[in-house]
Amino acid sequence: MSSIELHKPDNLAEPATRDKNYTDPALTRRLKGKTGKEYWRSLEELADTKEFRRMVRKQFPSQAAEFLDSVSRRRFLKLMGASLALAGISGCSTKPTETIVPYVERPEGLIPGRPLFYATAMIMGGATNGLLVEQHEGRPTKIEGNPSHPNSLGATDVFAQASVLSMYDPDRSDVIRKNGAISTYDQFIEEFRGTIEGQRPGGGSTVRILTETVVSPTLSRQLNDIFKRFPNAQVHHYESAGGDSAREGNQIAFGQPVNTFYKLTEADVILSLDEDFLYGFPHNVRYIHDWASRRRPEPGVELNRTYVVESTHTATGAKADHRMPMRARDIEAFARVLADRLGVDVGSVPQLEVDERYLNALVSDLRASAGRSVVIPGRHQPAAVHALAHAMNETLRNVGTTVYHTESVEHVPANPGQPAAERPTTQVESLRALTEDMRQGKVKVLLIVGGNPVYSAPADIEFGKWLAASNNRNERLVPLSVHLSEYRDETSELAVWHIPQTHYLEAWSDARTFDGTVSIVQPLIEPLYSATRTPHDLLSLFSDLPDAGGAGGASYDLVRETVRSLRPNVNFEELWRQSLLSGVVDGSELPIRPLRVRPGLAGRLPALTRDSGGLEVVFRPDPSLYDGRWANNGWLQELPKPISKLTWDNAVMLAPATAHELGVKVQDVVTLTLGGRAITAPVFELAGQPAGTATLHLGYGRNVAGGRFRVGNNIGFNVNTLRTSTTMNFGTGASIQKTGDTYELATTQRHHLIEDLDQGHVRHATVEEYRRNPQIIKEESHHVEGSLYPEYDYENPNFGNRHAYRWGMAIDMSTCTGCNACVIACQAENNVPVVGKEQVGMSREMHWLRIDSYFRGDEANPETYFQPMMCVHCEKAPCEVVCPVEATVHNIEGLNDMIYNRCVGTKYCSNNCPYKVRRFNWFQLNDKETPQLKMMRNPDVTVRERGVMEKCTYCVQRISRARINAEREDRRVGGNEIKTACHAACPAGAIIFGDLNDPQSTVSRLHHENRSYPVLGQINTQPRTQHLAEITNPNLAIGPSESSEEHTNG
Amino acid sequence: MARITTTRDESGFIREPGRSYGAEVPVLAPGHTYRSVTDKITDVVFNRTPKGWYFGLAVTLAMLMLLVTSVGYLFARGVGIWGINIPVSWGFDIINFVWWIGIGHAGTLISAILLLLHQEWRTSINRLSEAMTLFAVACAGMFPIIHLGRPWLAYYLFPYPNTMGLWPQFRSPLVWDVFAVSTYGTVSLLFWYTGLVPDLATMRDKTQNRFLRMVYGLMALGWRGSARHWNNYQMAYLLLAGLSTPLVVSVHSVVSFDFAVSIIPGWHSTIFPPYFVAGAIFAGFAMVLTIAIPLRAFYKLQDFITMRHIENMAKVTLATGLVVAYGYLSEIFFAFYSGEYYEQYFIANRISGPYWWAFWALILCNVLAPQALWSKRVRTNLPLLFLIMMFVNIGMWLERFVIIVVSLHRQYLQSSWDMYAGTFWDWSTYLGTIGLFLTLMFLFIRTLPAIAIFETRELVHADETQPEDMPA
Repeated sequence: MSSIELHKPDNLAEPATRDKNYTDPALTRRLKGKTGKEYWRSLEELADTKEFRRMVRKQFPSQAAEFLDSVSRRRFLKLMGASLALAGISGCSTKPTETIVPYVERPEGLIPGRPLFYATAMIMGGATNGLLVEQHEGRPTKIEGNPSHPNSLGATDVFAQASVLSMYDPDRSDVIRKNGAISTYDQFIEEFRGTIEGQRPGGGSTVRILTETVVSPTLSRQLNDIFKRFPNAQVHHYESAGGDSAREGNQIAFGQPVNTFYKLTEADVILSLDEDFLYGFPHNVRYIHDWASRRRPEPGVELNRTYVVESTHTATGAKADHRMPMRARDIEAFARVLADRLGVDVGSVPQLEVDERYLNALVSDLRASAGRSVVIPGRHQPAAVHALAHAMNETLRNVGTTVYHTESVEHVPANPGQPAAERPTTQVESLRALTEDMRQGKVKVLLIVGGNPVYSAPADIEFGKWLAASNNRNERLVPLSVHLSEYRDETSELAVWHIPQTHYLEAWSDARTFDGTVSIVQPLIEPLYSATRTPHDLLSLFSDLPDAGGAGGASYDLVRETVRSLRPNVNFEELWRQSLLSGVVDGSELPIRPLRVRPGLAGRLPALTRDSGGLEVVFRPDPSLYDGRWANNGWLQELPKPISKLTWDNAVMLAPATAHELGVKVQDVVTLTLGGRAITAPVFELAGQPAGTATLHLGYGRNVAGGRFRVGNNIGFNVNTLRTSTTMNFGTGASIQKTGDTYELATTQRHHLIEDLDQGHVRHATVEEYRRNPQIIKEESHHVEGSLYPEYDYENPNFGNRHAYRWGMAIDMSTCTGCNACVIACQAENNVPVVGKEQVGMSREMHWLRIDSYFRGDEANPETYFQPMMCVHCEKAPCEVVCPVEATVHNIEGLNDMIYNRCVGTKYCSNNCPYKVRRFNWFQLNDKETPQLKMMRNPDVTVRERGVMEKCTYCVQRISRARINAEREDRRVGGNEIKTACHAACPAGAIIFGDLNDPQSTVSRLHHENRSYPVLGQINTQPRTQHLAEITNPNLAIGPSESSEEHTNG
Repeated sequence: MARITTTRDESGFIREPGRSYGAEVPVLAPGHTYRSVTDKITDVVFNRTPKGWYFGLAVTLAMLMLLVTSVGYLFARGVGIWGINIPVSWGFDIINFVWWIGIGHAGTLISAILLLLHQEWRTSINRLSEAMTLFAVACAGMFPIIHLGRPWLAYYLFPYPNTMGLWPQFRSPLVWDVFAVSTYGTVSLLFWYTGLVPDLATMRDKTQNRFLRMVYGLMALGWRGSARHWNNYQMAYLLLAGLSTPLVVSVHSVVSFDFAVSIIPGWHSTIFPPYFVAGAIFAGFAMVLTIAIPLRAFYKLQDFITMRHIENMAKVTLATGLVVAYGYLSEIFFAFYSGEYYEQYFIANRISGPYWWAFWALILCNVLAPQALWSKRVRTNLPLLFLIMMFVNIGMWLERFVIIVVSLHRQYLQSSWDMYAGTFWDWSTYLGTIGLFLTLMFLFIRTLPAIAIFETRELVHADETQPEDMPA
């Protein structure tokens, strides 16, 4: 029944009496005995009654929560089967619903209320991280790192942490569509089969497949299998967020695709040439871990020295001992000068005005640590920098100690129909070739597996235009285009078919990580929407493999096949079981290849293109949204970017001096013109940004027609329209025009500058100073003794704390890289709501844990400090005494507890908190309606309601779980047994939780370190969380902090 | 009441022998009889309602509706409709609370302390200021409740026996507030009502309207004016005055503890209790003058509220204003003397931070403007005096803004520094409470004797410009 028919009395009366399900007795009663005109009138009247609306809702399920139909609670219970999958039995194939009788036999290991953990892995931008996912009664709720995985080592990054929200995102695509209209998979298969069969005569030369970077061995195999039936088909890859320079650089240096990784644990001196290896880099989780292991000034640890030359202020630059801001276009010249000094033949050495003191110190440092140093080239630097870095690492004898090469972990398309010489090295060229073929009508079938090229393609490659284009007979140039993606996005709108994609937590797959180790992507839950398909399903359509009828089935067999082929000589079922348990396939890493840079490098280096003057524009993936794929993830949208603390927007990042020169200031809207293209965006002044450089972040300005995104639509500014295939990394000759408008930007921190006078809460020293006087950090403390209130007697048996636990935390500012993983981990663990840009602008963000960034010194190149801050659980907590209703109290284990149902919301506790870590529910912030979001929440943590205060609890639910376990075994909880969400997520090991009363615990050892201090100790709050001062390792030849102040660029 | 002519002048002031005094304006204009006093005061109630009154009430009722809307919306959505945030999680709500409580101070001071000190010039203004106190406390009392995140649980702040076995947390100044404000409200009401009883009887006897006679009769509690009544009455009134006196000091001291007990630079200060009490009296007298000056002109009550009253109140305002100025100075001195970085920073930020304008406007309103009151010419120039009192009213609001917002917005960690601005709903709630206050004031003036009739008659008696007949 359509809505138009509602006005016809006859039509309404019929279903109302005929169909019992749709009948509301009250409504029928009211309709009875009404005829003719009166009847007509009463319908009009009725049209707005509650009963009527209820009836309409019943008849039109689109208004009802669709989700309730597709996945009921019972089907979740069915998902307990996932634990059987662990034992090697397929748990994710669709089973007939009728036969399910939950819990007649309890699945192995399941105790209601106790979470289970399963290993899986997540792929993003060609990087893989191994994960353990916490599952409550069939619902994945929290992502943890997998300690067995070489990249994770138990830690995670922001994206993995936030991915669980994306799975439950109510805006995910849930139906198959053809030209926008709802269709079925059967119809799709019929059309697709028919069409590709028709392409076989030409060897499938009209068949094209476009994917993102592929690191799944199974997908790689499937892509190669296509050529068996379609030898002339072509496979293309495209990702907008970089990697091309490395591919090209490898080609220059080695003449072949290579995978390079670094072992930072072995590196004494690290030089990054514009690479943010501690934040946005693929596999940064492992790099943070390794880097941090050399930044703890403890006995037996020699601090590494980190030099960073960079074109935008990044987290890595913030952690550098010597950071030099430099325009992106000058960095290649710098690399050439440096390589020349190190003895690499680079041909002609360019002229570059550079701080000689810095360069000399760097050269002698690298030389002195030859074999124990590393040069990391920036993904957003030209290919020459990569080739030069390979050469420098070789000259410094680093290959084999800190630098390793293996065969490429990513799928390298080897289209047999194309001569090897014609195959493009870079993804951009690959995309350009594809688009050109589309324009010429050479493409009849285009399968786009994941990615969103319509949005992310460079502006001069008009992929979207030719995808949607028609010829003069009004036929589409690409008659059959298929887009598989999790959201119905810009590309889905233009493709003929849109197939919803499963989330990685819902489907089987596999993935290689940086050293080639294969992990199995294991589903945690049956797909929320039955229409979703995996990439493996779609590629199966090409091959002779069993057709992908149900989601997952085929993928499962394919992945098993891959694992079997990886280790042919071992017992497969045992291997499979082990691999599922540990999350990695043992012995699957790629062998190290002893590669040497081919001689004659100087001749192969592309000519150095120098300054074309004007303002420079640097394009970078966004620290939170990456290339835009996370645009609909509220947690990531609201995540403060590491240095600027900007949320919900991107902006034109300018150095304050440059902004001043251009006559613009923060929040001014400007028109930025580059190569004849222009965008309008607001300005943000970022200290430490090199002069004359504007950084733009990708991933914003998503604009899906119809506003299908509730979170990410029209947030920020799309910079892809400015970025061309020649300016993928940076472009010069840009200009800025002030429009006169202003635009509100929401940051979570508005003051970064600290002065020496008040730096008491951010303490730091050089390693020299610290070695000379180990008490240097403690000496700054104003020692305060005594309190009006009596001490808590935790050891007293009558106190109730039988085991005398004293929970505490240590936060190491030396190793914290501001990677934000803890922030999202805390948000996911503790059901912390997202508040939106406007509320962030009003300073009402809800993050229990924040990472403050502080600048000291010259704003052109400041020293930057990260200070994670959350409730420090004061022994003498100022919040406790002022609460009139005892809603925040000290518990017997010394935690500062919040009692939500006692809180009336006076907010006095927050006023009196010197650390400002308390968060208030100004409105009803938690979405209590959307069913998907209800499933996502951690059932162990209260979902807070309007009007109550909240804050970090030290993950009290985890403490309770550990305590209960220990009491059942009649033992004490181990000093290191409990990990809070932030502790578990931290790749640097900078956040350590534990029992201060256990002298063996890491946290008590850290509290006794000389660089441990209570923040704001002078007000005698006696915090349980102590911070460890930042110890830097500057080169005395440059000086501790004045390193590059005299040096000015541009 | 016995009159000792040798030690008091005609207007009730004690005169020391051998000292010369200037010609004082009397507290009651000469030529009044018992009847004329009664008629004049009751006429305000019994005469035809003036058009201006309707107009004024319409305006104040509109403002009251604004309050109802604002609070309704507040309860529907949450306190997020206001501008408060982290770090400034108290804003207009608590500023207004303290401001109203301060205004509510003059009433008790005038009624109780001046009564005990036999300051007879208080007579014709005490009723008005007591009413003002009550209404101001009513406005103030709203804020601690509506500013809660969950106002429906406000009763958690009261010590009542409950199955949870929980008491309020007696260490929290907010609990002290509950006691202080509710006690103050109760005693003020009792005091005001007790003072009204003989006048209500007069009203009962004077009215021609049966219905009104019944209402006033009920309210008069059977007052017949017998000597025994008078005796009991005087006892009760004195006792209540005695009870109220410590309250004048205690309420605002306790309110100041909300701040002084905390650890926030700019709040954590021992000068707060006396400085808050002085500020409250300062604000209270300013508000009495703000209302009395137009009122006496509108209802032609110049005979009762004479220039003596006006001048005396201006003098009290000046004196308390100086105490307040001393408070400001001492805060600056202590910050300097402490040698503590954060203490010094808060003063620097107060004076030259982003809210510098609030501080300097405060100095202008509360310190500089009242200095004009040294001059008798200014004290007797009503428009000018009214203007200065408006300055003080605004200045006292700004003082709380400076103390609350400016201290909170930049505390210890720079990362949490932020700005605060009231939203539409902040302003509408504030204006709304002014509407409530004025509405109650308008209704009070039209329904009850705004000046104590019997006490004014005592002045007639004291003047010995002699009686015709005792009123019924």
